[in-house]
Amino acid sequence: MAYDPLVIRKDFPIFDRSIRDGKRLVYLDSGATSQKPAVVIDAESNFYRKHNAAAHRGAHQLAEEATEAIESAREVVANFLSGTVDEIVFTKHSTEALNLLAYSIGNSPVGNKFHLKAGDEIVVSEMEHHANLIPWQELAKRTGAVLKWFEVNPDGRLDLSNIDSVVTSRTKIVALTHQSNVLGTINPLAQLVKRTHDVGAIFILDACQSVPHMPVNVAALDIDFLVFSGHKAVGPTGVGVLWGRASLLAELPPFLFGGSMIESVTMTDATWASAPRKFEPGVPNMAQIVGLGTALNYLTDIGIQEIHNHEINITSYAISKLQEINELRIVGPTDMNLRGGAVSFTLGEIHPHDLGQFLDNSGVAVRTGHHCAWPLTRKMGVAATTRASFYLYNTLDDIDVLVDAVSDAQKYFA
Amino acid sequence: MQLDNLYQEVILDHYKHPQNKKLSANYDAQVHHVNPSCGDEIDLNLTIKDGIVSDISWDGVGCSISQASVSILTELLTGKKIDEAYLIFDQFVALMQSKGAVSGDEMVLEDAIALAGVSKYPARIKCALLGWMAFKDASVQAQAKSKLD
Repeated sequence: MAYDPLVIRKDFPIFDRSIRDGKRLVYLDSGATSQKPAVVIDAESNFYRKHNAAAHRGAHQLAEEATEAIESAREVVANFLSGTVDEIVFTKHSTEALNLLAYSIGNSPVGNKFHLKAGDEIVVSEMEHHANLIPWQELAKRTGAVLKWFEVNPDGRLDLSNIDSVVTSRTKIVALTHQSNVLGTINPLAQLVKRTHDVGAIFILDACQSVPHMPVNVAALDIDFLVFSGHKAVGPTGVGVLWGRASLLAELPPFLFGGSMIESVTMTDATWASAPRKFEPGVPNMAQIVGLGTALNYLTDIGIQEIHNHEINITSYAISKLQEINELRIVGPTDMNLRGGAVSFTLGEIHPHDLGQFLDNSGVAVRTGHHCAWPLTRKMGVAATTRASFYLYNTLDDIDVLVDAVSDAQKYFA
Repeated sequence: MQLDNLYQEVILDHYKHPQNKKLSANYDAQVHHVNPSCGDEIDLNLTIKDGIVSDISWDGVGCSISQASVSILTELLTGKKIDEAYLIFDQFVALMQSKGAVSGDEMVLEDAIALAGVSKYPARIKCALLGWMAFKDASVQAQAKSKLD
């Protein structure tokens, strides 16, 4: 059946409401968070209605059902990424997953593969979201490691011309985004992962902007760790995922300590359960994990490749229409080669906050500001941008409404 | 249009023709404030002479609301006794935080009354207050300095 976003929109109850006195909701902020289909909302509330109990604890039927519910969600996530069940760790969000990695690595004793000492190097890039920058800045400060980074070209691509001097034999960690949340740039991973492994370092992928939007196969990418957030993938807030190679999760020390992450405990010491349990202390966000499983099944039923193709179509249309607007500058690549559905732009002297407010008045929801990537916006020579980001439910008509409203804003603030 | 309640003519006018937007060479206090949610920045220089706000100058980047708000502030508070300036400050902050429930006293707030519409847009209140918070900060520093002198 042909891909039809108008049919898909019917699955999302939020599109039944109107915005700012009766206007149709044109939601172009899925890069910040996606909307949720009814099946996900129902899965979350049905968990509370029918199966609520503390998973992995309790000798009763409800506890069994709760355990079964979150463990089958784990299987869904594993299949979605082409990993295995024991490689999936549930966190509160991807930010926690990245902090988990940074703190666990920081906790690694001498002799552990992950142990960091003064002079070791951690590599990031100028296009990282703050969540994949600050944990590494802080880890470097705590350990005496050196933070290095790839720069971004004026066209919004990573400058890999100096890859061999950025990633060296001193490099222990390379942590990069798969797709920039500001520029939409998709990074060429093959070369980066190969160089990382050639020097014996580990590769961590921030996949928040890719996993919801295109097929991501951890085995094919040959990466070591990956994080993504449920809420950007039509799932609930409050659940993120850390995927790690089984052999690496086995060696990595835990980050948070407490109930259910242990193997044995005395008054003076404890040993750890095997992964993923060792990284999941406390009763997890069960309803949200269940909702995430439903969300990924929903995306799989539609087809993640089909969703990606659809986004490429509307992004390509959006870029060509936006470029027709006088004084509009796209911040990021304008060719569709290795690019996803987040489009940032500036509009002459009109401040993004003012433009965003005007668009909101037309029912168009966009994000404005530095998008939690302040070093990147500085590098691109802008104080802030307006970002339109697209997803499975957006239509070409959404783009037309955006483009018309941007033109109207130009007249309003002229 | 509903948006016209927010973008009053006075605001757009101050935005396009900002007042006192050139940092004075001499000042008692200089502050730099940012709005971390959007990256807007302002530098503000302040001089208080004999208990009177004698000079406010500024430079910065930001949206029309933040730029117009600080421009209006400089015209409104320059020449006022510091106690009087604080009364106006308090009224303006109360107006911004009123969610549209308060209309504000035009006799006190003058052009700043044009920003009343901002109070209905929670995301923009910080924009309107950026320059005002910078002024408050600078005034505290300037007065502390005058006590030392």
